[in-house]
Amino acid sequence: MAAIEILGLEKTYMVGFWQKRPKRALQPLHLAVEEGEIFGFLGPNGAGKTTTLKLLMGLVFPTAGTARILGHEWTDPAIKAQIGFLPEQPYFYDYLTAHELLDYYGQLSGVPGKERKHKVEEVLQRVGLTDVKGVQLRKFSKGMLQRVGIAQAILHNPRVVFFDEPMSGLDPLGRREVRDLIEQLKHEGKTVFFSTHILPDAEALCDRVAIIHKGELRGVGAVADLTSTVQGKVEVIWHGTQIPASMKALGAECHVTGETVRAIVPEKQQDAAIDALRRERLRLIAITPLRTSLEAYFVEKLQHSQTTAGTRS
Amino acid sequence: MSPRMFYIAFNTFREAVRDRVLYNLIAFAVLLSGAAIFVGQISIQIERLVVVNLGLTAVSLFGIVIAIFIGIGLVSKEIEKRTLYTMLSRPVRRWEFIVGKFLGLAGTLMVNTFFMAIGVFGALLYVAHKFTAPDALILVALYFIILEFLIICALALLFSSFSSPLLSAVFAFSLFVIGSFADDLRGFAALTHGLTRWLATGAAYLVPNFSALNVISAVAHAQPIGLQLILQNTLYALFYTAMTLSAAVLIFERRNLK
Amino acid sequence: MTAAQRTTVIASGCLAVSMVACILLLQHIDEIRPPAAVDDALYVNSPKLLKRASLGFDGLMACIYWTRAVQYFGERHFNHAASYNELAPLLEITTALDPHLLPAYQFGASFLAPNPPNGAGQPDRAIQLMRFGIAHNPDNWRLYYNLGFVYYTELKDYEKASQVFEEGSEVPGANSLMKVLAAKMAFHAGDLATARLLWSSTYESTQDSYVRANAIEHLRAIKVDEDVTNLQAAVTRFGERTGQLPTSMAELAAAEHFRGIPTDPDGHPYRLTSDGRIEVQNPDDFNFLTKGLPRGYKPPALPQFHHRE
Repeated sequence: MAAIEILGLEKTYMVGFWQKRPKRALQPLHLAVEEGEIFGFLGPNGAGKTTTLKLLMGLVFPTAGTARILGHEWTDPAIKAQIGFLPEQPYFYDYLTAHELLDYYGQLSGVPGKERKHKVEEVLQRVGLTDVKGVQLRKFSKGMLQRVGIAQAILHNPRVVFFDEPMSGLDPLGRREVRDLIEQLKHEGKTVFFSTHILPDAEALCDRVAIIHKGELRGVGAVADLTSTVQGKVEVIWHGTQIPASMKALGAECHVTGETVRAIVPEKQQDAAIDALRRERLRLIAITPLRTSLEAYFVEKLQHSQTTAGTRS
Repeated sequence: MSPRMFYIAFNTFREAVRDRVLYNLIAFAVLLSGAAIFVGQISIQIERLVVVNLGLTAVSLFGIVIAIFIGIGLVSKEIEKRTLYTMLSRPVRRWEFIVGKFLGLAGTLMVNTFFMAIGVFGALLYVAHKFTAPDALILVALYFIILEFLIICALALLFSSFSSPLLSAVFAFSLFVIGSFADDLRGFAALTHGLTRWLATGAAYLVPNFSALNVISAVAHAQPIGLQLILQNTLYALFYTAMTLSAAVLIFERRNLK
Repeated sequence: MTAAQRTTVIASGCLAVSMVACILLLQHIDEIRPPAAVDDALYVNSPKLLKRASLGFDGLMACIYWTRAVQYFGERHFNHAASYNELAPLLEITTALDPHLLPAYQFGASFLAPNPPNGAGQPDRAIQLMRFGIAHNPDNWRLYYNLGFVYYTELKDYEKASQVFEEGSEVPGANSLMKVLAAKMAFHAGDLATARLLWSSTYESTQDSYVRANAIEHLRAIKVDEDVTNLQAAVTRFGERTGQLPTSMAELAAAEHFRGIPTDPDGHPYRLTSDGRIEVQNPDDFNFLTKGLPRGYKPPALPQFHHRE
């Protein structure tokens, strides 16, 4: 069963003083996310990622279309207990302490009283917020608020978690921790749907990604497929500055950088290249299949859309 | 009934307390004790009148100011600060949010009024040295003041559900002033003719009728208040509050949280 | 039905029911409460206090009190009340809040002084009100007119009335009528013609419907009084000429060369009694008659205005 099915959700805002001018925030969107997946929702700022998440959370109402979460109509109040949501740059009642806020949210999500105290402690531990007892949220830094935001999203043990830019506002160590946490969630069998514009995060974490730009879906696929080997080439790197003649004979493009040489050879010539190095007693450092990065794919999708958009207009 | 409404109500109360709203009680206490000591020295015979009039008027005005200033931010502030996002992505229905917020604010005002009432009776005891039977009427006046608060809280919440805090404050204060002259408005409406009369009468019946809820001077003069009036005012306030909250729910249910 | 639709239906139903309930309750509450105008006048009857308490909004408060005064009078008049105890305080508060609110003085002149059921029966308060008005608006001749009017109609103090009209006539821009009235007071005070002059100028100088209706009522009565006086004189002439009383109105009309049978302002012919008295057919339709009333006639307790403008 798909954890999230988006069936043609679209949103047009009316703008201007009399709310007469339509502005399309999201073209009809079709997307399915399987249970247990980490799904990345990628796009530049202002692409419609947050709009999509707000539609799914019932914060704004779609102009048309519908969606299903865990097989239920997405507006079904009962489903809300099964999902967790971290908004972009979250902000909370700043007069509460983290414990009070999580306790309150636990009440609202129907976490029974006996478990709640324990759960709050556990989840704070998990996002790395210790020693915050008695401190009001108004005294929290942006990174700490982000952690509180993640804590409140997973507090009630939801089956599907929506994160809007979960890594923003965090230092490198924090990012690492959140990445680990998302992976843990996957191991616990939860579905994670997160939006980001930071591609390495997505590449490192996601099973599948979707790319959205200007409110329109530009591509969906498994990360492994999108970054598959290109034309069967491998990259060979060795120590030194010397380029054996037999290597050149293989048709390799070689680049010397400092104390190493990079050569790109067809996959079929891989063994011949290793032999050439061995003959010259050069020290092999690495040999890796050449892949396109997610970034290259992303840029291609965006540029593609811009050219088609250009020709359309 | 969902317990979530009451969790929200409690949190609203907690917010008011942490934002030091109850500090107004200090100002109230200073005003009232000052007045009690002052009139006790300079006037004879009307000490009770002054304490009752001033005390109840202050209870009413302090409460109205609090109701409006908290009420106008109840929804719009949560939208602006985006605290609503994490609320409404939980199993919280939008109407529960509205009703919960209302209960929280009404509860805050009741607690506030309770302490103020103690102050009024304390001041009365100070100037009159004993309680008399007509003093029980002060309780009726306080009860009516609370009914008035219910209506104002609901109105502030209604405006807050679709308008900015500043506009909401203007709307709510205007309705409070107009509502205090509701009797006259109905009188004026009766003097007009034709279409104007229809419109004026409609408007006069739709604005909150605070004049019937204001019995401060009657109570100060120890004039009895009929049981019928107590009953009908109660029903009126409850229905008016229900009407206003329903409107707020209808608006908020459709609101896009940008 | 989805949860959202259910909420909408319930909230709409609740809204409609509550709105109807509010309106019905409000009508009940209005019934069991004393009218606002009287209430407030009783609680706050010190104009000075009210002026202070209105926090600078005394102009608006004056307008509200003025409207209350008119409403108070109108409602009581409509219900045939026998007293107007709060009329004077309401007008005094109105004028204290805004001493330049001229309609209030004119209203006071017309309705404070006359005895119930046509007014509050408080000529002293009326004169006090006018004097207050003149003190604050010495340039307005109409206030002198109103004051003189009270002296003339209610107190029958023609000397004072003449004096006041004279004073008023000296105000720059005063209507020339003031001089005429001052003179008339001295010599023809009791004349019906003088009375007619006064009431018709009152009628013409006001926009207030109550004051107008009251003036018309007086003018109607004056017309009947004049008719009855003239007809009574004709009966006397007839008797002197023929030595006997006319047997019918027709006979009198023929002898005096009237054009048809004379009728009152409502179009009802005057009646001639067997003992030669002229009477109106429907005395109840006239409030201020002094002549032509049937013998032993008692005015009804419920006077009516005839709104004919």
